[in-house]
Amino acid sequence: MINSTQSDAAPQGAANFRDVATAHTPFRTGRLLLWLVIAFVVIDFGWIIANNEGFGWPVVARYFFDPTVISGLYVSLGLTVVAMILGVVVGLVIAIMRMSNDGLAKGFASLFIWFFRGTPLLVQLIFWYNMSTLFPAISISIPFGPTLASWDTNSVITPMTAAIVGLALNEAAYMAEIIRGGLISVDRGQAETAEAFGMTKGRALWRIIIPQAMRSIVPPTGNQLISMIKATSLVSVIAMADLLYSVQSIYNRTFEIIPMLLVAVLWYLLITSVLNLGQSYIEAYYGRSERRNAGVAKVEAATGEANH
Amino acid sequence: MTVIDTAKPLVQARNVHKAFDHLEVLKGIDLDVMPGEVVVILGPSGSGKSTFLRCINHLEAIQKGFIEVDGEQIGYKLKKDRLEKLSANGIARQRRKIGMVFQQFNLYPHMTVLQNIIEAPVGVHGESRKDAIENARQLLQRVGLSEKADAYPRQLSGGQQQRVAIARALAIKPKLMLFDEPTSALDPELVGEVLATMRDLAKQGLTMIVVTHEISFAREAADRVVFMDGGVIVEQGRPEDVIGNPQHPRTQSFLSRFL
Ligand SMILES: Nc1ncnc2c1ncn2[C@@H]1O[C@H](COP(=O)(O)OP(=O)(O)O)[C@@H](O)[C@H]1O
Ligand SMILES: [Mg+2]
Repeated sequence: MINSTQSDAAPQGAANFRDVATAHTPFRTGRLLLWLVIAFVVIDFGWIIANNEGFGWPVVARYFFDPTVISGLYVSLGLTVVAMILGVVVGLVIAIMRMSNDGLAKGFASLFIWFFRGTPLLVQLIFWYNMSTLFPAISISIPFGPTLASWDTNSVITPMTAAIVGLALNEAAYMAEIIRGGLISVDRGQAETAEAFGMTKGRALWRIIIPQAMRSIVPPTGNQLISMIKATSLVSVIAMADLLYSVQSIYNRTFEIIPMLLVAVLWYLLITSVLNLGQSYIEAYYGRSERRNAGVAKVEAATGEANH
Repeated sequence: MTVIDTAKPLVQARNVHKAFDHLEVLKGIDLDVMPGEVVVILGPSGSGKSTFLRCINHLEAIQKGFIEVDGEQIGYKLKKDRLEKLSANGIARQRRKIGMVFQQFNLYPHMTVLQNIIEAPVGVHGESRKDAIENARQLLQRVGLSEKADAYPRQLSGGQQQRVAIARALAIKPKLMLFDEPTSALDPELVGEVLATMRDLAKQGLTMIVVTHEISFAREAADRVVFMDGGVIVEQGRPEDVIGNPQHPRTQSFLSRFL
């Protein structure tokens, strides 16, 4: 044997000891200590929250499914869905306008984005709500000609429409930039190929460009959706009975401010958590062609969620 | 190869000029391609070969001269002695008889091989899905990739991707195929399979304009070799003449690099 000539310290089985399959991790004291400290802080914090009378957990439990709260929750969710859909649709149009060769379309899109991103959402909401002081009546008419139809502004701009219009237009400005970024990220050769195959611009966008852009559009859109859920709480200032407004209306009566706010907080957290989950699945879906084998997609979707 | 001498040219390019801003790229190209003819364009990089191909299906607009494919002037129509620019949809319609294969394959990465191939036949040419799929499977067999119908482009080698791209272009039943350096992005060992596919197409009488640096392909498969340099056609003729016995000094110095 060649090995036997080397030294006594290297026995026959030396090669086996070097096989990494036999390796074990040494005990890491520092890590355990860190865990203990963190666990202590968390438990202590939990103890304080559970035992502080001020949090009023029984009150939280009692009002969690209160009809007023639930209807406020529906309003918040409904507003989010409607404003988000409108925001995405308008945002897509604005993004396409901004990328077009037409100077007028480009200019309008830039102006739109500049204005709605440049002013606070709260101000926009109050502004829409008070439209009637600027324009007492909304009418369709030919300039310098007869009026075709007219409505009283106050009957058109209810808190509901003001909230939808305000949230949607603001969202559209952000979505336009997100969508534009996504469209730009798609390889230029793709649009060219679609063109060479005689596709119309619209079809190329819909079938070839947008599906590929989705990979970079979905993650920031998920963030926007979560922001939107929270932004809907702003509509409580224009007397729209959303989730926040509902708990406020209750604590204005009962003065249980903290417990009622907790009810709202828990609901907001619950919704955003569900949205996070949905987002990872959608991301995995649009990333499917990236992966070498299809089975991996599901696993990644699950672990991706754990990382959030 | 079936060159029908009496037929009208399928492609007619006359005095084609193209400039990007002030950079003149094409300086008067005249070229006729007969139905069934295989024309290989050779020339140094930057000589305007890709630009010329892209002008043929109007991916680039030309500034002077005209290009006619299958009796239709590309990008324009004659209305009572006046030439009018076609609408975007009109141009899209003209492109439907021209297949194109790109250097970078440009398969749609979010679609499977089969979806890539049926996209234009179903979505642009209005074929039924069933017919398109059937045709696609035949084409895949023809390029030797029957078992890859459900793979995504990323799961294929470069050579396989390019063969799918060729099948995709054939699926629209084109009268003319344009190839822009179809093997230049491939590893050397994958070039052969793509050239073999193209040689088959040439044998079957498809009209092809091929930009390539594969001299051997030009020698074996081309009916005519065109040598371009500096935005003009310097020399053209039968492959054995242009490649075997080039007359122009620029052709000679270009070809000497491949010996
Ligand atoms: N879109 C464009 N804008 C500006 N210059 C271009 C564009 N496309 C090509 N060119 C220029 O035109 C010349 C010819 O290019 P190309 O047709 O790609 O040559 P080849 O394919 O023969 O290598 C090059 O100098 C290139 O830089
Ligand atoms: Mg080129």
